[in-house]
Amino acid sequence: MKPAEYYQRDRLWQPPQLTPNYKTSVPRSPRQALLSIEQSMSEVTGPVFGHGDIDPIDNDLIKNYAKTGDPIGERIIVHGRVLDENGRPVPNTLVEIWQANAGGRYRHKKDTYLAPIDPNFGGCGRTMTDANGFYFFRTVKPGAYPWRNWVNNWRPAHIHVSVFGSSFSQRLITQMYFEGDPLIAKCPIVTSIPDPKAIEQLIAPLDMNAAIPLDSLAYKFDIILRGRRSTMFENRLEGN
Amino acid sequence: MPQKLDYRKETPSQTAGPYVHIGLAPGAAGFDIYGNELGRDIAGPHAPGERIRVEGLVYDGTGAPVKDVLIEVWQADANGIYPHPEDPRYGKVARGFRGWGRVITEFDTGLWGFETIKPGSVMGRNGRLQAPHLNLWIVARGINLGLNTRLYFADEEQANAADPVLNLIEQQHRRATLVASREMRDGKPVYRFDIRLQGENETVFLDV
Repeated sequence: MKPAEYYQRDRLWQPPQLTPNYKTSVPRSPRQALLSIEQSMSEVTGPVFGHGDIDPIDNDLIKNYAKTGDPIGERIIVHGRVLDENGRPVPNTLVEIWQANAGGRYRHKKDTYLAPIDPNFGGCGRTMTDANGFYFFRTVKPGAYPWRNWVNNWRPAHIHVSVFGSSFSQRLITQMYFEGDPLIAKCPIVTSIPDPKAIEQLIAPLDMNAAIPLDSLAYKFDIILRGRRSTMFENRLEGN
Repeated sequence: MPQKLDYRKETPSQTAGPYVHIGLAPGAAGFDIYGNELGRDIAGPHAPGERIRVEGLVYDGTGAPVKDVLIEVWQADANGIYPHPEDPRYGKVARGFRGWGRVITEFDTGLWGFETIKPGSVMGRNGRLQAPHLNLWIVARGINLGLNTRLYFADEEQANAADPVLNLIEQQHRRATLVASREMRDGKPVYRFDIRLQGENETVFLDV
């Protein structure tokens, strides 16, 4: 069977564009309805990456910017699988992450938080999933940090995650949170997602099986991309 | 009770935030870490076709430029072939043509721009050809889920008039929000495409 369209994105599961408690969404959210289109070749294709695009050290944030030693912070492994809504692995897809350092400071010219930059931490990594959709990174656990929204808002510790999938319509950016963090429930960016079950999907559990004794703790984060219908009957996606 | 449907749910999106450049374009964040920053060259040096420049601004609902936006581009080559195995003509895609790029702004002004080649018409559904277009995906602080839209070319009037997606836009005057204007600058074609997230002349965004 030949695959056809990707499943409709669940707009009640995904955050709406306008979420007034996250203030920046107010001037940056469209007010008109999205135009729904049937997928064509433009939507079911997307960029293809290979191991030649990245370096093996790119997934090791403890070493990929180390200058005089390792970065400060709690050493962790972040690993999991990229799957689709059908439960099938998404192989050979590019996963990119970025994060603050252990003190909650980003290496970015626009970040002015008073926690110091770590000279040995860049804060970004990337990797390709393997043939079964598995990926892993090594890093330090990011710190919480304050941000300008309400007077006293703090972001829970999080890692930003960008995934491509097999087509441009599966493209996704999200954030991974850590099990047990009391700041998660208080964050207006997190609660831009209306369904509490959907929020749980962004919280990585501590994974002692993957922890390396005397070395690193581990968290497991599976990522689900849009699934795809199989063509049991001709739907002329590609024309006559 | 019927059997249970066992589909999984798509991971919910979260905003890319103000520091998206650290992950996707660290050079713009102010540091050098990767041997190869991805998305810098869409077309490569050898692909045939008209070499063009595209530039513009993304505006918020107050009319201010969105200075921290990041845009990704996905396009076909000059013959309308996508560099992806699913395109039936994949084997004939132009040599070195990547079709994908990452576009960042000048932080002070919000102006963005990139060089590529103008794509050809691409296959649509039911054998209907689509006018040449670039597929855009827009993320930024304040955008909870990446916004999809398309850029069409003003000099493709006839193809645009027959394009199945443009024709789906019920309010005809809004079709113009997806059409980039063309001018010549130092003998080279430059397309201007401003994106308005909200308000008067709001860009048409797509649910794909």
